Amino acid sequence: MNFMPVILWSDALVFLLLAAGVFGAWYVRRREYLLLPWRRVGQSATAMVSLLVLSLFFVVGLLDTLHYRAALPEKNGGEKMYSPEVLSVFDKLVTPLRTQTEKTYSAPLAVTLYAKESTSDAQGRVLRDYPRLRYGGAHLVDATQRDENVLWRAIKGAIGGLVVGMLLLVAISSFRRRLVGWARSVPTRAGSKANGGHVTCQPYTLRALLITTLIIAALIGAIANLAPAYHVLGTDKVGQDVLYLSLKSIRTGLIIGTVTTLVTLPLALLLGIAAGYLRGWVDDVIQYIYTVLSSIPSVLLIAAAVLMMQVTIETHPQWFDTSASRADLRLVFLCLILGMTSWTGLCRLLRGETLKLREQEYIQAAQAFGVSSLRILTRHIVPNVMHIILISLVMDFSALVLAEAVLSYVGVGVDPSMISFGTMINAARLEMGREPMVWWALAAAFGFMLVLVLAANLFADAVRDAFDPRLNRTEGTA
Amino acid sequence: MIAYLIRRILYAIPILIGVNLLTFALFFVVNTPDDMARMQLGIKRVTPDAIEKWKQQRGYDKPLLVNSAARGAGKITDTIFWQKSASMFVLDFGYSDDGRSIGREITQRMAPSLAIALPTFLIGLVVYVSFALLMTLFRATALDIAGVALCVLLMSVSGLFYIIGGQFVVSKLWHLVPISGYDGGMGGFKFVVLPIVIGVVGSVGSSSRWYRTIFLEEIGKDYVRTARAKGLSELRVLFSHVLKNAMIPILTGVVVVIPLLFMGSLLTESFFGIPGLGSYTIDAINAQDFSVVRAMVFLGSLLYIVGLILTDISYTVVDPRVRLQ
Repeated sequence: MNFMPVILWSDALVFLLLAAGVFGAWYVRRREYLLLPWRRVGQSATAMVSLLVLSLFFVVGLLDTLHYRAALPEKNGGEKMYSPEVLSVFDKLVTPLRTQTEKTYSAPLAVTLYAKESTSDAQGRVLRDYPRLRYGGAHLVDATQRDENVLWRAIKGAIGGLVVGMLLLVAISSFRRRLVGWARSVPTRAGSKANGGHVTCQPYTLRALLITTLIIAALIGAIANLAPAYHVLGTDKVGQDVLYLSLKSIRTGLIIGTVTTLVTLPLALLLGIAAGYLRGWVDDVIQYIYTVLSSIPSVLLIAAAVLMMQVTIETHPQWFDTSASRADLRLVFLCLILGMTSWTGLCRLLRGETLKLREQEYIQAAQAFGVSSLRILTRHIVPNVMHIILISLVMDFSALVLAEAVLSYVGVGVDPSMISFGTMINAARLEMGREPMVWWALAAAFGFMLVLVLAANLFADAVRDAFDPRLNRTEGTA
Repeated sequence: MIAYLIRRILYAIPILIGVNLLTFALFFVVNTPDDMARMQLGIKRVTPDAIEKWKQQRGYDKPLLVNSAARGAGKITDTIFWQKSASMFVLDFGYSDDGRSIGREITQRMAPSLAIALPTFLIGLVVYVSFALLMTLFRATALDIAGVALCVLLMSVSGLFYIIGGQFVVSKLWHLVPISGYDGGMGGFKFVVLPIVIGVVGSVGSSSRWYRTIFLEEIGKDYVRTARAKGLSELRVLFSHVLKNAMIPILTGVVVVIPLLFMGSLLTESFFGIPGLGSYTIDAINAQDFSVVRAMVFLGSLLYIVGLILTDISYTVVDPRVRLQ
């Protein structure tokens, strides 16, 4: 084997999350009443289009989660050594982006550096000119051919992407009959008019999905065809490709957005339900704990906790074998700390809902039959508060992705060596004063973040509309 | 009312004790003062002498909870907990790493923080409520849908973008106001106007949408139908009925933040170079000045609890049905 798989802490948490997601999907899939709200989500065009965009982000994030260390060239008879650099499958896929680094800044699609440099020509005269890039447009003999070449490559790539996208759609649509098969099995109100009592995807939802898929395919095709020869989004101060940095940032953002809620979910669920169901002194103690935690302004609590975490990491260098594992542990800790400040809200909601639920007839009936408290909690209460958990999970996601950037700016975010939207913005911000301005790194970070957060927000709204019974009523009357 | 207030204030004390114990545990138990000294001095050139000196300068060279070497009351008072944590209850915050009194810094820096935070809060409230009322008035029309779509879009933009973009366009391209700085009195106007505008714009999306949800919830109720049946115009219904009844949920979210305005905003103040409490906190975080961060944590939660009590009082003002006993 010429590589060694590496599972960092955050990777393990992502795999755990993935397993939970797959299990959840399997569980819901077999229960019609749980599937129903998801069908409602499926009928919304915005929700499905944003889900498509989100899943692209997730694919990039997942590929970037499969880490390994490559083997170093073997010395005679020596033990097999592995490179200290931890790479991911995604890094391997986009090797040209990662390795083709320039000297310093260059604008998007440029063929020359951003600043003039002194060079001497064959006669020894000193010239001041923009030097050509090492990789960006290096295949061009004449720099003036660039526009034509870029256009040509983009069109070719887009057409290629379209063809692949169409093939993919054809493959899916032949597979879809089976897919729609199970979606059709339950009659609903919305479907009853359109399709003889059976649900199917709304035609315009399908159309929207189709168009989005083709647009994205064309875009990916064009970028994929340009990226090996140009820096599509320019390069940063040390000459790294901004497109590569943006794509790598996705994983950090996704982990902050998902793992944070995951790690504190058990705590919020356990304490919230216990407080609501058992009441008495348990309720008092739990309420006291979350009042104390929530009374500290969250930024300050995060700052204090992260400062202390830095001290711990700094004073225990022996815990980490690679710099990646160190940055990674800091990311996991950051998720934990963020979770510690945000679980109180969910806990309060769950407590309130449980207080309401425990007075319901079916729970009182269960109590009268002598069902144990534990059984009532797991069989009756937990399933009935699941929608609150789900809604808060999807609603928190976008806020957390945005929070990461702010925290990294404040200096209490991810490790400075870790690529994230926050560290990108932080580095690019210092170049605001340059004339002319270096805008592409900022634009790329903000652009990627906007797409990710917007898609997450739209999807979260659709999920909330489908799951929140209270909201449905108000929307209906309004 | 008075009895209620006294009870609320008494109830706040255990919470503050909890906050105090939490910060104490966070700053002194998770990492010992030795660890902090090692971190700040740098791993390489650390010697036991240097650590002792560092601790002595900051008054960390004492036992954590019980000083068995001291006599009498000194057993309790001559400890880190008593001198660093318990003293915060009488608002004695001690000294920062550069030797200045934290308490004096806080009183000096409150004014600049308020100069930004208070106008942002007031103007923001008016703008968000008006925008939300407008959307509610035209609910389920193209205007409403466009408004909500705009809100979602604005919500999805990073707060850093508003600040960086605003500074770039207004200060650098148009040269309307200085990029950063602060001045007391009327001369300070040109410095505070951009942070205020950006602060207001920055949360238009989430706030307006939140108020719209509140108004929509109210508008589905029976009293609104009655008011319409009486023949009142939609505007009358909105302003004199819905707005009044929506006051309770609005106040719940709004009054709590009023005392926290003193703390200022970390991001705005550090980007615009305003010498308020927000930039004080950021500087302390970057310089790893633990005593300042600890003081700010305590002050923040104190103000938050004051906000909670104010919220309860405000209910009695807007809703005569609420009586505090």
